[in-house]
Amino acid sequence: MSHDRPFRFSFESLSMKITSDQVDYVAHLGRLALEPEEKIKYQGQLDDILKYMDMLAEVPTDDVEPMAGPVQMYTPLREDEVNTSLPIEEALSNAPARTGTSFRVPKVIE
Amino acid sequence: MAHLYELTAIELARMLRKKETSSVQITESLLNRIDSVEPNIRAYVDVTRETALEMASEADRRLASGDVRPLTGIPILIKNNMCFRGHRTTCGSRILANFVPPYDATVVTRIKEEGMVILGTANMDEFAMGSSTETSYWGPTRNPWNLDTTPGGSSGGSAAAVAACIATVSLGSDTGGSIRLPASFCGVVGMKPTYGSVSRYGLVAYASSLDQIGPFARDTADLALLLNLICGHDPKDSTSVPRPHPDFTTYLDKPVAGMTLGVPTEFFSKLENPDVSKACAEARSIFERLGVKFTELSLPHLDYGIAAYYIIAPSEASSNLARYDGVKYGHRAEKFDSMIDMYCQTRAEGFGAEVKRRIMLGTYALSSGYYDAYYLKAAKVRTLITNDFKTAFRTCDAIFCPTAPSPPFRIGEKIDDPIQMYLTDVFTIPVNMAGLPGISVPAGLSGDRLPVGFQLVAPHFEEARLVQLAAAFQKETDHHLQRPSL
Repeated sequence: MSHDRPFRFSFESLSMKITSDQVDYVAHLGRLALEPEEKIKYQGQLDDILKYMDMLAEVPTDDVEPMAGPVQMYTPLREDEVNTSLPIEEALSNAPARTGTSFRVPKVIE
Repeated sequence: MAHLYELTAIELARMLRKKETSSVQITESLLNRIDSVEPNIRAYVDVTRETALEMASEADRRLASGDVRPLTGIPILIKNNMCFRGHRTTCGSRILANFVPPYDATVVTRIKEEGMVILGTANMDEFAMGSSTETSYWGPTRNPWNLDTTPGGSSGGSAAAVAACIATVSLGSDTGGSIRLPASFCGVVGMKPTYGSVSRYGLVAYASSLDQIGPFARDTADLALLLNLICGHDPKDSTSVPRPHPDFTTYLDKPVAGMTLGVPTEFFSKLENPDVSKACAEARSIFERLGVKFTELSLPHLDYGIAAYYIIAPSEASSNLARYDGVKYGHRAEKFDSMIDMYCQTRAEGFGAEVKRRIMLGTYALSSGYYDAYYLKAAKVRTLITNDFKTAFRTCDAIFCPTAPSPPFRIGEKIDDPIQMYLTDVFTIPVNMAGLPGISVPAGLSGDRLPVGFQLVAPHFEEARLVQLAAAFQKETDHHLQRPSL
């Protein structure tokens, strides 16, 4: 499955805010395997939602600063002191698969 | 005589101090009530019976030795997105169905230090994404006032349990209304404190710039006690604000005469439901009788709150939920043909429909070519919404408005129509966007005998003002004393 050209033109894009190719692309970015019927359902629902969001275009925001969070963010600093950390056995206690003291995953590099 | 499970935390604490009862007796009363009522409501993911009885015994030892704090021995229910060491913290999701955290959330640590009794974990919309507690992997929670209606969401289990007297008090979390909406729907008091006033350490993240833990109770006095316990700085949460808070219980008896409540015209012009309009009008007249003045004001960007929220929250969620990859904890698919495929299959199996929808939406809003049009635009609109509130608070002490546009809706009514579901939070979302404290207070019953609430919103870190106003209102009314018949 190729996702190199996710946003190519299609006639579908004239009426839908989100094409089926874009649904595939976004599902892949979000690491979600979707069934064909799910893709159709999400395309329609995302299209409705994105059309609803079009209303934001009417708000003038050229001179408005974006806001990432409600509190004034700063980086709290502390002394670099050694603290106890989670014991390995506890850290691994929820692992779906493990080998020794490691999390086990499928082979990544051939 | 009233059963122990019906009493408030303050009434129980008084009895414990006079040795008229024990924490074990109180806990057993709640557990028996749970046995008879909970099967119809399904407010709990797990009733942690043995742990509860152990905690109650320990509380009784503390009470006997004089090592007593205000809430020692009092039962509490916690939403199932707060890490509870040794007990599964599922977030209402299949992907965390077997996740047993090896540490406690800071609020859970505080509950334990206080000597409270954790009865169990509350059902919730999956990853707190929902307004009805229908998206839980464990099935929907039902509203104790009418089992065919939803308790609101996402903290529906926490609210329904307090309303049904299967928990004395509870904790929920609120990202766009998830405490205040269920409080309104279930006829209990619920507060979302100021962003940064309660530690989020150990709270499973949904949208980190909006999430906030808060209390549910049957009256404002109990809520104030619980607020005293959970508020305060935590070095483990870098967004926790290092700032002392007052003793909220000292605001329970303060007069409210001379205070001014702002009425946003946009909120009331949107209101179509006659039950909500009537309840708000009656609440207003009670406040007026208490000497509170009302002034009309404008929050002109209200209409854009939901659109901006449903870009910002899913964007943050799509990033936060990237951690569920089937590697370190949680569900892992059995069949896959590569590492990437393992992620995709694991997440496809582990997440429900609403969570997938929001991951898709957030991923789209953050994706190359769309970031400026969606995420950046929404972040700017968020500034405008926040500025609206700043302007409004120049002319009033707090804002008065409905909590929800309607009384509880029926289970299934909105589950297949995301936008209709999202619109449920029209009055609560702007408060999260600005990080303000908000409270929902019972305002009576609809014609169908379903609860209706009103909301008060205060400037940053003015929770005490909300306690003061809500407590004054509850002295004049008996709405909060109404209980569903079960």
